[in-house]
Amino acid sequence: MHDFLIGTFFWIALGVCLTGMLVRFVLYFRGLSWQLDRVAYWAHPKAGLKGAVRSIYKWLIPFGTRGWQTQPFITIAFFGFHIGAILVPLFLMGHGFFMEGKLGFRFFTLSAALGDILSWMALAAGSLLLVRRLVLPEVRILTTWNDILILALSMSPFATGLMARYQVGNYGFWLNMHILCGEILLIAIPFTKLSHVFLFFASRAQLGMDFGIKRGGMNGTKMAW
Amino acid sequence: MPEGIYCNKQTADTPEEVNKLLSDTSGNLYYQEMEVLDVDTDLLWKTIQNTCKSRTRTWLEICAHCGMCADSCFLYEVNGRNPKQVPAYKIQSTLGEIIKRKGQVDNAFMRHAMRVAWAECTCCNRCGMYCPHGIDTGIMFGYLRGLLYGQGFVPWELKIGAGMHRAYRAQMDVTDADFVDTFEWMVEEYEEDYPGLTVPIDKKGADIMYTVNAREVKHYPEDLAEAAILFHLAGENWTVPSKGWEQTSLAMFAGDWAACKMQVESVYAAMERLTPKRMVGTECGHAHRATVIEGPYWAGRKDGQPPAPSIHYVEWLAEALNTGKLKIDPSKRIKEPVTLQDSCNYIRNHGLKKATRDIMYHIVEPGFFIEMAPNKEHNYCCGGGGGFNGIGKFRKERNIALIKKRDQILETGAKLVVAPCHNCWDAIRDLEEEYEIGIRWSFLKPLLIKMVVIPDHLKPEE
Repeated sequence: MHDFLIGTFFWIALGVCLTGMLVRFVLYFRGLSWQLDRVAYWAHPKAGLKGAVRSIYKWLIPFGTRGWQTQPFITIAFFGFHIGAILVPLFLMGHGFFMEGKLGFRFFTLSAALGDILSWMALAAGSLLLVRRLVLPEVRILTTWNDILILALSMSPFATGLMARYQVGNYGFWLNMHILCGEILLIAIPFTKLSHVFLFFASRAQLGMDFGIKRGGMNGTKMAW
Repeated sequence: MPEGIYCNKQTADTPEEVNKLLSDTSGNLYYQEMEVLDVDTDLLWKTIQNTCKSRTRTWLEICAHCGMCADSCFLYEVNGRNPKQVPAYKIQSTLGEIIKRKGQVDNAFMRHAMRVAWAECTCCNRCGMYCPHGIDTGIMFGYLRGLLYGQGFVPWELKIGAGMHRAYRAQMDVTDADFVDTFEWMVEEYEEDYPGLTVPIDKKGADIMYTVNAREVKHYPEDLAEAAILFHLAGENWTVPSKGWEQTSLAMFAGDWAACKMQVESVYAAMERLTPKRMVGTECGHAHRATVIEGPYWAGRKDGQPPAPSIHYVEWLAEALNTGKLKIDPSKRIKEPVTLQDSCNYIRNHGLKKATRDIMYHIVEPGFFIEMAPNKEHNYCCGGGGGFNGIGKFRKERNIALIKKRDQILETGAKLVVAPCHNCWDAIRDLEEEYEIGIRWSFLKPLLIKMVVIPDHLKPEE
């Protein structure tokens, strides 16, 4: 089981995720239409690029936009979750060694303590997002079972990873569950709302180009849309 | 397929067809017929397949259902924070649902979608700036309006409005002759006060080609005279086209894209005929949006630009004041608390906030200009945008929508509101009528006329 998870299934999961997202990325940009979207993407590449970069960059910074500033609670929960969700999978020491074995390289690694902190932070922030979903009427009305499932799936590698980390019960079981959850997550990315992992950049770039080219950027507006 | 006499999928293309719609008082029969109007679900789905591409589909798909758009929507706020007014909910439960069901929706659903599209969204695009994924619900509602219009589910007044553009190339039954006659007549009225005042019709190669809102011709002809006087005093080489003078587009509010194209092409044809250096449009927000921002795309112009550089009236006025073409008599500046309404269509959606602030700097005594909060790109819709002002069926909802602007104005303590946009101007007039908060409101032209310095050589002989 363990060998299958770290062998064949790992490659399947990674392949599906990367291929799926590449396809979706290409399809997204091929599906943009200057006339239907009413944005002259190609006529003003410089203004478009500027708008796109600004739009992505500002939204990646905690409290970088008016939207983040006006809603501090979700901003903290959002970044708490996403910082862990990006740093831990890529830079945790155990993941680094695994990557090195599989792919022949690894990134810098986080200290074990920082890995713990980020994991707990992600779990806590994810729980806050869930509570927010269920408590606030304006979020509850939008919430579907799918949203809850996606959030649970996103939190599952952290939960199982920490169980393995603290060796609660059967270490081997939790490790396998951890790997399985991570791999299911990878496979789910191109086919679910998790596609925002990549499509966030596409969608933000599009709106950035829209405002950058057509709705003010060429009149000197420097705001982040 | 039951199609009504008034409410149907046909466009009104001629004066007779528009008059027929108008003969139905308040659209009573029109809305009765709408209750049994068939939905051409095949056409609906085919249209979606042809026109709903990756941007909109991705927006609908990746919406994280986070609800961050809720607080950005003034309609959500003024309607008791009703969750059904959350922008994401509004679009997911209408356009999202139509797509999910592959166009298989019934009459009741379409009438519901019409209510949401025209009474629960003014297409102000504010929510688009508050979404982490960059989802602009206002744009999607514009798209939804087009789908609904194609099926005949459109508010009566906007069906008429779109028909007016088709029949007259103007939002009202104002002919080209009416326009020229009215402009000339108004200028004659002021000739004695401003010697040499003229309205140059169809002058080729002028520096400025001026375009207007048909309402000015029909209901506020002084506005035309004021525009002429200010161009005259600024020493501008200007003209108006005898054809292609109407800058507005109720067709845009209606979602009648073919009529949008017809309308804007009439203005572009005038630009190509008269080859002005620039076009200046009147103090109207949606007119600027239609002719300068969106119009190039309807007309198939790949660079997204009109044939001649085109600017809003506030840009011309700011330039005239900044360069000294127009001078203000300091003793006549506004010396009372005054605030400024930022029109969504050219502030949020075209970045012209500096122009209006420059104007306020010139015309208001220091210390008397008070910004609304929030302002500039973040300002709220006046409450009547996107066609909301004109729809009788949704009057009650529109009046509730005015509350946000009312409260914003009250917070400033200003007694005068400068509103360089016809829609905002109307909404602010209506909110005073409805809520009686004791304010006055004005376009820029009448304010400028009162305080601008008349150069000696342009003064009437004693």
